[in-house]
Formats: sequence, C-alpha cells, structure tokens
Amino acid sequence: MREITFGAAVNEAMAEEMRLDESIIILGEDVAEAGTPFKVLSGLVEEFGTERVIDTPISEPGFTGIAVGAAMTGLRPIVDLMFGDFLFLIMDQLCNQAAKTHYMSGGKLSVPMVLRTNMGATRRSAAQHSQSLQALVAHIPGLKVAMPSSAYEAKGLMKTAIRDNNPVVIFEDKLMYNDKAEVPEEEYLINFGEANILRPGTDITLIATSSMVQQAEMAANTLADQNISAEVIDPRTISPLDETTLINSVKKTSHAIVIDEGHQNYGITAEIAARISEKAFYYLDAPVQRLGAMDVPVPFSPVLEDLTVPTAQQIHERVVMVLEGKI
Amino acid sequence: MPPRPKKTRIKNPSKSGRPPKSIRALANRKPDKESLLSMHRDMLLIRRFEEKAGQLYGMGKIGGFCHLYIGQEAVVVGLQSVNEDRDSVVTSYRDHGHMLACGMEPAGVMAELTGREVGYSKGKGGSMHMFSREKNFYGGHGIVGAQVPIGAGLGFAHKYKNDGGVAMTYLGDGAANQGQVYETFNMAALWELPVIFIIENNQYAMGTSTPRSTAGTDLYERGAAYGISGKQVDGMDVLAVREAGVEALDYARSGKGPYILEMKTYRYRGHSMSDPAKYRTREEVDAMRKQHDPIDHLRDLLLREGIDETVLKQQDAKVKKIVSDATQIALESPEPSSNELFTDVLIEVA
Repeated sequence: MREITFGAAVNEAMAEEMRLDESIIILGEDVAEAGTPFKVLSGLVEEFGTERVIDTPISEPGFTGIAVGAAMTGLRPIVDLMFGDFLFLIMDQLCNQAAKTHYMSGGKLSVPMVLRTNMGATRRSAAQHSQSLQALVAHIPGLKVAMPSSAYEAKGLMKTAIRDNNPVVIFEDKLMYNDKAEVPEEEYLINFGEANILRPGTDITLIATSSMVQQAEMAANTLADQNISAEVIDPRTISPLDETTLINSVKKTSHAIVIDEGHQNYGITAEIAARISEKAFYYLDAPVQRLGAMDVPVPFSPVLEDLTVPTAQQIHERVVMVLEGKI
Repeated sequence: MPPRPKKTRIKNPSKSGRPPKSIRALANRKPDKESLLSMHRDMLLIRRFEEKAGQLYGMGKIGGFCHLYIGQEAVVVGLQSVNEDRDSVVTSYRDHGHMLACGMEPAGVMAELTGREVGYSKGKGGSMHMFSREKNFYGGHGIVGAQVPIGAGLGFAHKYKNDGGVAMTYLGDGAANQGQVYETFNMAALWELPVIFIIENNQYAMGTSTPRSTAGTDLYERGAAYGISGKQVDGMDVLAVREAGVEALDYARSGKGPYILEMKTYRYRGHSMSDPAKYRTREEVDAMRKQHDPIDHLRDLLLREGIDETVLKQQDAKVKKIVSDATQIALESPEPSSNELFTDVLIEVA
C-alpha cells in the first residue's frame, strides 16, 4: 500500500470532502497563500479558490465566531487554529457559543464546524506554542474531540469530523506532520467513539493518545523482549470515549497505564484512570498509573523540554514497576 | 488620507425628539397609515408582553435572568418594518422584543421564559436563548458582544450563498467595548459582508453609563477606522429608525459592505429584573417616559393623521388579549420531562 505523510493525509481528507460538498470552507491565518506554517494545506487554494480557502486577519475569536454564525445557517466551516495554545483566545466562541447552540435552541440549530488545531511539545517552541490542551475542550459537553495518532487515523478522522453535524475539535501532533504511514487510495472513514486496539496483549493495558501512541508501541516492543505482553489501545476520540473497549481490556489484563501529552493534573489521563477505577476496580491487580506532561509550563531549553514529555522508556519502566508490585 | 465615512448626526436627540430635516425630506419613503398602525401595534405588543413578563417575574413564574426591552421598542420595530424575509437577525440577551418583531409566536416566547416544554427552546434556553430558523432569528446570546462575529458569520453565509440577504446584528453600548466587535468590524469591512451593526445605545452598560465606560461616546464612529459608514439615529422615533434602516439596508444589500447604525435609545427598566437602578435618578427615567416615549410619539402622529382614538384603543385591547392568551398557554403547559435533559447535547450521527 502507498505511504503518505500525516500532513498529506489531512490535506487529502479536506480536499476530498470539499470536492463533494460546496458548503465546506476553510478559514484561518495563512491557510491560502502560505498553506499554513506546517504546509499542510498547500495546494487547496489553487484547487478551491480564495472564496473557499480564506486567509483571515490575526483575529482568532472573530473568525471563529464568523465560522459559528456561518455554520448556524448550514455552511460547514473548517476553522484552522494555527497553534493549539490559541484555544485560550477562542474559548468563548468555541465553548459558550458553538458547543451550546444545539442544546440552548432545543435542537433547532446546529453548528457543523471543525476546528483543526495542534498539540505537542519538543519542538523548542517554548511555553506558548507547545501545549496539549485537549482536556480543556473535552471537558465541555456539546463538543467532540478527536486525536489522530498516524496519517491513516488523521485522514479517516478528519473526513468523519467534516461530515459530523456537531462542532468537532481535532488535535494534530505538530511533530508528526512528516511521519508516513500506509493510507489506502480508496475512501474510508473512521467512526468516532471506536477505540483501536493496535496491539493485543495479556499482561497490561497501555491506553495512549495521539503522539503517545507511538511511544506506547515502542515500549510494547521492548517489553515483548522481556516476555511482557502489553495491549496498546488508541481511543482515537476522547469525546466520545469508547469506554467499553478500554474497560474490557483492563478486565482482561488487570493492569493499566494511561498516557497523554497534556498536563497530568486534571487531564485526560485522570479522566480515563478514574473511569477504569469506577468500572473495573475489582479486576485490577495494581493501581492505575498515569503518564502525562509534567505540570510545568513547557520550557524552551531542549534539555529541560525533553524531560517534560513521557517517553517509551518511561512507559517501559513504569510497566515493569506495576507488574513487579513496586507501585 | 482615506475619505471619512458619510454620516448624519443628530446633535441631541433628546432635545429634538424628531429626525433631522434631511431624513424627513425623504417623502417617498414615508410609510402609509397601514404601516404606521402596524408599527404602533408591534411596539404595543412588545410593551405589553414585557410588562407581563416583568409581572410574572415578580410572581416567581419566571426565574433567572429577564432583561426587559421596555423603552427601546422603536428600534427593532422600525428596522423590522423595512427589512425582508431573507434577512437574518441576531442579538444579545435583551431579546424578547426582537423575537416578537421577527414574527415569532408570543406564546412560544412566553413559554420559554417560564421554562415550559412548548417554549421555543423546549425550556432549555430561557429568556436569553431562543432561535427560529423559519424567521431567520439566530438568537438570543448571553455573552456580551459574542453575537457580533456570529452576525458577521450570518452575513458571510448570505454573501457565500449569494441569497441577497443582510445580517442585522444588534449589540448594545456595552458590547461596543468588547474586542471581538473590532475584529469583526475589520473582517466585515475587508470582505464587504452584508451586515448592519445596530448599536442600541441605551446609555447604560448594566449599571455604568456610557460616559463612564466609553472614550468617544459617539458609537456610530467606531467603524471609521475600517471605513465603515455610520449614522446616529434617534432611536425613540420609529420613523427615524425606519428611514435609517432603509438607507442602511440599501447600502448593505447593494454589496458595499457593512454599515453601522447607532440608535440613541433608553431602557426604562433596570438592566435585568434584579437591578434597582440606583445609578440614575428617577427624574431622568420619568423625563424620558413622559417626553420621549416611542409609542406615545407614534400615537400622537397617528392621531394627527386623523386616526380615530378608538382604533388605537382596540389595538391595545387586541394586543393585551394576545399577551394574556400567550401567558395562559405558557402557564398551563407542562415543564420539560427529565428525559429531555440529555437530548440535543449532540446531534446523533445518522
């Protein structure tokens, strides 16, 4: 099968959907002429024109609000938020307006909008361009949140997001844009709320999102050398969350570690660990462990920054501790 | 230096209480008696509806927030009398008058205010959050200024779909100090969106008067830096509002981009029902009510035009009946079932 990059997969998903539906537009900073700083959208303005691929001024709350209003009337905007850190600028439009319109209108209106943004540290971008803020958004009822972990996932989840009639936020790992994976030429979608068991195992469940999926798989490989069988699961969407697959896995393995690149405090790892404790407590042989980004602002110094993000080695070590009863 | 936007300014609307001659001279735009009567009726409906809402709030039948539009009726009625069905409307939380002026059912609005299942939002939105796709009314928003980019989004959609519609985006003098508004002005002007920003300047942002909150109190000039034309209008005079509305609608519909109408108006009641309004004197409010009431003003005009007073009295009686029927329907309707709690959070995938 052909291999394409994560960035190309996102681009292909958007182009395919835009060819099918004229109500889809893209709004954001540097999305047209420049094709975004990560060059993910290159070529789209040439195909779809500046009426559908719209460079905005640097006015995140304003253009997000314009997208919300346009979506209420039936357009299907894809809002491009250049860095996930800018979510703080648009929280009002995203969480007070987009997320609540369907409910507050008693189901009369909807906001079929996709907000694509990114996450991920270790790019030496310092504290305001490195955050992984998915927990903030996943906290809000009325939003869906997808976290693709490969080119294949990125394409299938993006196409599903565009066709969804709810506001959907997609977090792409900005360090993964050049990573290649097998992506079929034929059309496919990936359903929201269906976790992917990447590697079956019997000794421990590793639940990992986005950038952390690769790390978990690497850890599972080195663990296999020590005859430890780790099951690696990617929830794909954290809202909705495929709780059933996660819980069933933990019931089987009796051990679990949850890994996500957001801050550990009050984060995605906390939520998933709590659900496991609520629903599989009596199956557990050890406390559920969490690995998230350290609870510090992301430092610039490469030496310091690299310490903040969970790694395959840390996952490996934590698994051994759990299984040896050293937690 | 770029040309200054055209503007007409009424120096002190509270003194003149009448539109300037330049507007009155537009005789061909003068509404006929039927239109005048219709506007009188629409303003009365809002007045009586809001009086009833205030009363129901006092009785504990309406909870939470309730922002009454009493005093400002001429603004929305004047503008809705000249716009078209294809135009869309969005406003903030002082929205009951806008919904009624858009033709939404008084019973549905009252039922929502009282949290009933048959309310416009099934009782889940309340006073600040109602919507009607049929009437192109897009809310009903509770965060000051947040409806402004949404209004530009409606305008964006009108332009994208090329349907000839104009997005009538209402905001208050308080919202005029929010940052989102200026991001929106820039994009609306840059992309020449068909949007009219109607700043209902009722002179108080909650309890803070415009001079105490605002550097540069002529809000119609707020678009000047973006090349957006603006006009200040006596918002207590429904005919002046109407004339300005025609002009603004023509402008926006012709593809020239956005337009700002600053409506100088006044709310008689507090910001919300829980506001004792200690930031202004009783005399100030009484003077506005007695000398500049928008309904009295139109009523006097109708009488001068030879309309019989009994016609106006009949109108009032009919309006009161509509409000009382709406209230009865609302109060006799059930509150939502607890099964409704988790519906409409997300649209189920087909």
